[in-house]
Amino acid sequence: MVLVLFIISSGLFLGWLLGTNDTVSLFGTSISSKNINLEKAAFISGFFIILGAIFQGRGTTASIHGLGNIFEPAIAFSIALCAAIVVLILIKVKLPVSTSQAIVGGIIGWSIFTQGGIDFHLLFKIVSAWILAPVIGIILSAILFVLVRWLMRRSHIHVITLNSYLRIALILVISLAAFGLGANNIGNVIGVFSNFSPNMFIDFGFFSIDGLQILFLLGGISIASGIFTYKWRSNGTSEGILSLTPEAAIVVLLSQALVLFMFSSSWLAGIFVSAGLPPFPLVPVSSTQIVVGAVIGIGIIKGAREIEFKTLAGIGLGWIIAPSGTGLLTYSVLFVFQRFFDFPLVNKPLSISSGQSKFNDFLDHLYTINMVLPGIIILSATFILVFIYLFFRQQKLRLKVEKDMLIQQNQLYQSQKAINELEMKTIWMENEALNVKLQVKRKEFIDVALNINEQRIFLEKISSGINQIDKISEQEGRSEKLKELSLLIKQKMSFSHEKKEFYLQIEDIHKDFHMKLKTTFPNLTDLEKRLAGLLRLNLSTKEISSLLNISSKSVEVARYRLKKKLSLQKDKSLIDFINNL
Amino acid sequence: MFNFKHANKSIDLIEQFLTLIDQGSLIFKDGVKNYLQGNRENFEDNLKTLSNLSSEANIKKRELENVLYTQSLMPQLRGDILELFDKLNNIIDLAKSNLFEFDLEVPFIPSELNQDLTKLTELSVFSIDSLIHAARAYLRNPESVKEQLHRVYLYENEADKLAASIKRRVFQDMPQLKLSEKFHLRYFTLHIEILSDVAQQAADLLSIMAIKRTI
Repeated sequence: MVLVLFIISSGLFLGWLLGTNDTVSLFGTSISSKNINLEKAAFISGFFIILGAIFQGRGTTASIHGLGNIFEPAIAFSIALCAAIVVLILIKVKLPVSTSQAIVGGIIGWSIFTQGGIDFHLLFKIVSAWILAPVIGIILSAILFVLVRWLMRRSHIHVITLNSYLRIALILVISLAAFGLGANNIGNVIGVFSNFSPNMFIDFGFFSIDGLQILFLLGGISIASGIFTYKWRSNGTSEGILSLTPEAAIVVLLSQALVLFMFSSSWLAGIFVSAGLPPFPLVPVSSTQIVVGAVIGIGIIKGAREIEFKTLAGIGLGWIIAPSGTGLLTYSVLFVFQRFFDFPLVNKPLSISSGQSKFNDFLDHLYTINMVLPGIIILSATFILVFIYLFFRQQKLRLKVEKDMLIQQNQLYQSQKAINELEMKTIWMENEALNVKLQVKRKEFIDVALNINEQRIFLEKISSGINQIDKISEQEGRSEKLKELSLLIKQKMSFSHEKKEFYLQIEDIHKDFHMKLKTTFPNLTDLEKRLAGLLRLNLSTKEISSLLNISSKSVEVARYRLKKKLSLQKDKSLIDFINNL
Repeated sequence: MFNFKHANKSIDLIEQFLTLIDQGSLIFKDGVKNYLQGNRENFEDNLKTLSNLSSEANIKKRELENVLYTQSLMPQLRGDILELFDKLNNIIDLAKSNLFEFDLEVPFIPSELNQDLTKLTELSVFSIDSLIHAARAYLRNPESVKEQLHRVYLYENEADKLAASIKRRVFQDMPQLKLSEKFHLRYFTLHIEILSDVAQQAADLLSIMAIKRTI
């Protein structure tokens, strides 16, 4: 078994490359639609690729085996290695490459070198399948896309429900496409090693696998490991892959699965033959090229070109370079083998009799392993582990949702608290303003009361003065008393106390203005400041003259002086300046 | 993975949210009508109801965001859908703050403008109503969104014309009004008209979203 592993190691390497290369075509479109994550897609694909390889891989493997019946392990190893190297180089230069084209090129290179007969009929079938596969991909995807779109339009399903359905459908088609890829492309990986399958038969109770299927299992695992390597390499991102809607991704994958199924199912071929129709050849085809075809099909329906001609040219170049490059490389390697190591190189055509004798030999030395009990144990353990994983995952998700809700509620509470605080502050400020207003009103009332009292005292004084005058009989004494009274009235008329109060109030109301005036023009006299304050109140010259107890002309002179002190030009308005200060 | 429970919950939330916006627009219309007719008590009731509807819509929108993101529903569409809901939520918030402005500033509205202002309110509300119909259509039948959206544009256009005519009447044919009153009326006309403008902005987004889903 170790020897077999060693011989097929180059094939496994090719399988690994196939896995990394075809991952994009397998689930890249579904990842780009963001409906499934890379990890899940890789796991599902890996599992179904292995299943497809084990249970449906015989058809395409037989075709590769038919093209090159290789009995020398070193030759098979070299052909697979040359194909792997060419595929690796083409992947590095970012050219779309097909492993089937590379391996067929390798086998042809070997056939030419050994001057053995090439089954041109089979070769023609293989090459026509390479062209036919993407063309069928275009037609199928176009039909399926029209059908899916028609169904979606007619169904009127809610976008969220539709999305849930699409998610399920995506997982199903990924599984189908992976199964198809495993079934179809395992021939590339294992085809040249068909003659070296171990004489082993493993019985799992409800199914069993023979030696060739063990090779398929190993090849499937190598492809699956390639997929997981891609997952790690791309770091979970969908960089560099086609961006499609979920329904388009489903159509692409379904087309890919159907085309791969057509070219790998012996059952379908049997149906075609029984119906008298030519069957699809069971040959490995490129899944990447089918995907490209499917995307073009959708593009045609949408009326938009989704794939550039540069991509198509790349595919064409891949079609030429992959087989010819591998053929040349294989030829060169074999040349070195023969010239320098004197290695015998012969090409034995595949004959039924040799195949039959080999089969009888195989039966004689069959080594059977019973895996029924371990299989049941492994299966049960897997079920239990999956159940535990799903249970804890569900719990984790539930807790996460609850935590998110709590965080949101907390944020809501915090914002409401902030709003409440803001409202409280506003109310407090309003109260403060009302308090100030109340104080001012109270002061006004006190002033009015004091004023009334003062007026009363003053009027009493006048009344007593008049009474005294009335009692005085002498003319001289009377006129003297009258003069005293007149003086008292004049003094009262100057309203010194009220005016002072009035100016104080003006200053209080226009606090900012008076502060600015004081700081900007410190050389203004009290009278000028007062005048500026009265001008800001929009009082007329007449009103100002009566308030300041001066003539109108004096007010005009004072205004002129103020304008000069404020350094205003003649054409500038003093009132505008004061109002804008 | 196949969580239909959350999908159904999201559908319910969306329906509730859209109903709240719909109700909000109707309450706004009623509120303006009551203000114009001087039914102060009914107007205050409308204001209270609209305020409740607005905060409820806010809660529903946040809940929806939470479900859509935590359950990874519609990863390709959710960004657009949540932006649309944000715009719809903005409409009810705007309607609420506009009605609050009526309550705070108590604008003087001459009775001869009542009919025009009522019609302007109705046009704005019709545009919101059509927008909600279009949003519902987008969720189930994106092909029919266009049919609904052209109504939004029509009502918005009509509202613009009417608002311009009201402003012209206020500034040119009503010399009895003080300049401050004219400004105030212009400001409140704008308050009502702006709802249809916001509906139009949401309609623009919805139109692009519908195209994205149908191509």
